[in-house]
Amino acid sequence: MRKGTLTRAGLAREIFEQLGVSQQLASTLVDQVFEEIAERLANGEVVRIRNFGRFILHRKGMRLGRNPNTQVEAVIKPRRVVSFRSSNNLKQRVNSAPRDE
Amino acid sequence: MNRSDLVKRIQKAYPDLHGVEADRVVRIVFNEIEEALARGDRAEFRGFGSFSVRLRPAHTGRNPKTGAAVQVPEKSVPYFRAGKELRKRVDTEE
Repeated sequence: MRKGTLTRAGLAREIFEQLGVSQQLASTLVDQVFEEIAERLANGEVVRIRNFGRFILHRKGMRLGRNPNTQVEAVIKPRRVVSFRSSNNLKQRVNSAPRDE
Repeated sequence: MNRSDLVKRIQKAYPDLHGVEADRVVRIVFNEIEEALARGDRAEFRGFGSFSVRLRPAHTGRNPKTGAAVQVPEKSVPYFRAGKELRKRVDTEE
């Protein structure tokens, strides 16, 4: 297990090592996984990954905001945003983590 | 979409992969993220978003049934923040 922030490159290396595909293909596959999820979300679909969590969409209504610099009030248009609900399994894993500080 | 739909889509995009491999790719991706978070590390995927662990401080809560005050201990929770590109893509539809 490697330490430090996990990135696309880290995932590609795991796939390359565990599956024996080329490094080039490993990195394309990683991109493809995130691309498929992003595409579904952009399409308005919820994405559920068992034992991990689900990516859901929230609709935010129109509201009045204020430009913090100019203080001018402006309408903030309705938006759609992604949020993530972690599975109980993931919550538990995260909580058994030894806290290093 | 769930995990097996995701596997099917990867297979479709890469027909020369065996079915088993697409499944393992998806498994590795989520396992590795889980392991990183369990270690207390972050996982950052440019354009998509980042996963991190946030500390929810201890607080006094209430039992919703009895109204009795309960001390809720400090807790770590997984957190995901969508990346710039994903936020934009999700918002522009409709």
